[in-house]
Amino acid sequence: MSQNGHKVIGTRPIRHDGVDKVTGRAIYGADIQLTGLLYGAIKRSPHPHARIKSIDTSRAEAHPGVRAVVTAHDLPQIADKLADLGEAIVNLRDASNNVLAYGKVLYKGHAVAGVAAVNLHVAQEAVELIDVEYEPLPHVTGVLEAMEDGAPILHEDMKTTSMGEETDKVSNIANHFQHKMGEPDDGFAEADVVVEREFTTQTVHQGYIETHNATALWNEEGQLTIWTSTQGAFSVRDQMSEILQMPISKVKIVPLEIGGGFGGKISVYLDPVAALLSKKTGHPVKMTMTRDEVFEGTGPTPGSYLKVKMGATNDGRLTAATAYMAYEAGAYPGSPVGAGAGCIFTPYDIPNVQIDGYDVCVNKPKTNAYRAPGATNAAFATETVVDEISEKLGVDPLEFRVKNGAKEGTRRADGPVHPVIGCIETTEAALNCEHYRSSLDKTANGKVRGRGVASGYWFNFNGGRSAISVSINPDGTINMLEGSTDIGGSRASIAMQLAETIGLEATDIKPYVVDTDSIGYTDVTGGSRTTFGTGYAAHATGQALIREMKERASKLWDVPADAIDFADGVFSYRDDAEKRGTFKELASQAGDAGGPVVAQVSTNPDGSGGGAFATHVVDVEVDRETGKVDILRYTAVQDAGTAIHPSYVEGQMQGGVVQGIGWGLNEEYIYNDAGSMTNASFLDYRMPTTLDLPMIETIIVEVPNESHPYGVRGVGEVPIVPPPAALANAIYDATGVRLRDLPMSPPRVQQALAENGG
Amino acid sequence: MSKKVHVQTNINGEAVDFLCEPRNSLLEVLRDELDLTGAKEGCNNGNCGACNVVMDGRLVNSCCVLGVEADGCEITTIEGIGAAANLHPLQQKFLEHAALQCGICTPGFIVSAKALLDSNPNPSEDEVRYWLAGNLCRCTGYDKIVRAVLDARNGA
Repeated sequence: MSQNGHKVIGTRPIRHDGVDKVTGRAIYGADIQLTGLLYGAIKRSPHPHARIKSIDTSRAEAHPGVRAVVTAHDLPQIADKLADLGEAIVNLRDASNNVLAYGKVLYKGHAVAGVAAVNLHVAQEAVELIDVEYEPLPHVTGVLEAMEDGAPILHEDMKTTSMGEETDKVSNIANHFQHKMGEPDDGFAEADVVVEREFTTQTVHQGYIETHNATALWNEEGQLTIWTSTQGAFSVRDQMSEILQMPISKVKIVPLEIGGGFGGKISVYLDPVAALLSKKTGHPVKMTMTRDEVFEGTGPTPGSYLKVKMGATNDGRLTAATAYMAYEAGAYPGSPVGAGAGCIFTPYDIPNVQIDGYDVCVNKPKTNAYRAPGATNAAFATETVVDEISEKLGVDPLEFRVKNGAKEGTRRADGPVHPVIGCIETTEAALNCEHYRSSLDKTANGKVRGRGVASGYWFNFNGGRSAISVSINPDGTINMLEGSTDIGGSRASIAMQLAETIGLEATDIKPYVVDTDSIGYTDVTGGSRTTFGTGYAAHATGQALIREMKERASKLWDVPADAIDFADGVFSYRDDAEKRGTFKELASQAGDAGGPVVAQVSTNPDGSGGGAFATHVVDVEVDRETGKVDILRYTAVQDAGTAIHPSYVEGQMQGGVVQGIGWGLNEEYIYNDAGSMTNASFLDYRMPTTLDLPMIETIIVEVPNESHPYGVRGVGEVPIVPPPAALANAIYDATGVRLRDLPMSPPRVQQALAENGG
Repeated sequence: MSKKVHVQTNINGEAVDFLCEPRNSLLEVLRDELDLTGAKEGCNNGNCGACNVVMDGRLVNSCCVLGVEADGCEITTIEGIGAAANLHPLQQKFLEHAALQCGICTPGFIVSAKALLDSNPNPSEDEVRYWLAGNLCRCTGYDKIVRAVLDARNGA
């Protein structure tokens, strides 16, 4: 029995897919083998910006072992059309052109052609034999440079949309929007302390260890099947249907195990190319990316420029805040600046706010969602400014956050009013935790030490479509089919909610992630929605099974169904204590009273639940000589609503923290003057390793989400939000120097200390 | 395509012969020829450790070994470390500690950790972190992985 009165929720069972994964038996996207399989490879642009004058595939086609070559001319040309593909609204023409470049290439690594051959090496040889004639064009990779008049223009037909209206101005600024609440000028006039600072962040990648893959079979009847690792099989189906202009009924997506995504495995890249190659050859075609292709052709999350101004009174009350946020969209419009704007001041109750956001195209890969997309960039700015204001006011930075914390009824600048949230509870838990209360020696081993804190917010997508289909076995176990791909333990967290509802053990449920022909439409595993949304469906499924079992018991016992109760896992007839049975006991007989017991449920909750808040505490040690920052201790505090499987909640928190540490201290796309990424390998991109980190301590706060039957809040995304700011504040505490440019890598720290005498 | 070479090895305790091109990596051979897909390709240049196997007692990145180099060698892959009926203590501890999320790096971590415990049955946390620095995980932040390995000490 867990602490919260639940029997299954809050316990830590071994995940259902665990044994397959620790023994190497689990089948991931690239592991599939099919009869007659061909292997594909992609020809990519060496230029960051160029017009394609011609593509000659004849030498490649003549290469022994090559079976087919495709280019953008094999794709249907699609008009401008917006489609909702899960986590983002996407222009389908852009999506198609990103799969295979048409007319122009817009970043180094942009795909221009695909090859299928008898093996991967032959396909890669053939790629070298495709002759593409380019007219190189001037390029721009920085967000502020791209916004200047006279900057190289990526899309000659793209006019800036400003405040919801299309203007006549052709520029790289796809969109400028504004959220305004109250009168910021008046608010700043009331303030005793005003701090305004500029910040930059660099492009970073999601960094999942499994590279993208897709295996396609276009059979003789025109039925397309794709085996792939994706965050959303139905989203892939939608994209394939739109990009290939084929009926949805002709497309089946089989999701295999997925080796990480973090938002980056929603958009399709290889799938349409593999499909075209299969159509041309009549064979299944498998395509997998190399690691440098993943860096240069997928993801990433945007670099950005932010200017944040905040004001507070001497009694410690925030009065006004403004933000200017310019985010790189990459090659096509659609950066997460909108999401960033919804998060930037959200942990606070501020009466006067103005936020201006700019979505800007640059010659880099089209950006994609990455764990709380847009929010980490935003929090880096806000949380550093809040730290500075707290210091000027002489108040504890967490007490300042508690005093100004958002709560039920607080309005966000972009409109919505918070329902019940755990913002203040989370900050208070951080304030009172042993780590924050402990003392820290400010010098040791010739190095300086400091402590920093920061908070963060992520909306959580408290909604979306989910379907579950169950059948009861005579032994009372349940086969549970779901459409949510399992990226980190959601089979377990969803099965546990079904088990809780009907009084079984987690191990009594056998969860399966199935293909798009076998289950109802299910939205992507993203937006921190899966344990919430598909768990919501699991609870509803449990309710449906209880109703059905009452019907069966009614027949078996010959009593009215509405006189049968279900409590503590037992069905019982009110008027006769002899007529009772557990779910399992009834399951063995239920088939005789009306056939096999099955249920199918789909749900689409209204999305009104509150988001997730986190506050982090970090101690660092800075080597002034080298600029290297070591993490001594890290504590992450987060409101999970209700933690279904606490180990996996902790795991999400720890994983998010470490991605945020990488973003804060080391990770960046380093571009040369030619517009080429110079560190497109794990060695040079340098994500955190075991050796860079201590244990990551976690404190789970539980303020139940009122829009979920068990109080679940999404937990996956918000833990990446605070780390860069917490680290910057800790480095300041150690050195007296504030860093406002990410990453705070040794050369940058060293330079900042040298310039500021820290 | 170049001429294939006949290679004789012992994999997970069984004699295994295969044909491969000289340019094929051991990882390609394991995955594409021998259906041993537990070794994963994350980078193909020795940076992530997802393809790790033990070759003649030495931990190697199988993407950085040629198939032909395996001739006459004994190789242990994740498939040879334990199955559902007889999980290795490391595998059991990974499950108990929830030391995996997506699971793509897990086989490589378990192979690496086993090589560590085989040579040093009682490593300190620092020694575990030093040894496993050649394996990348992007999901877990490593906390639960390190705890699982520490918990498997001596029991291995």
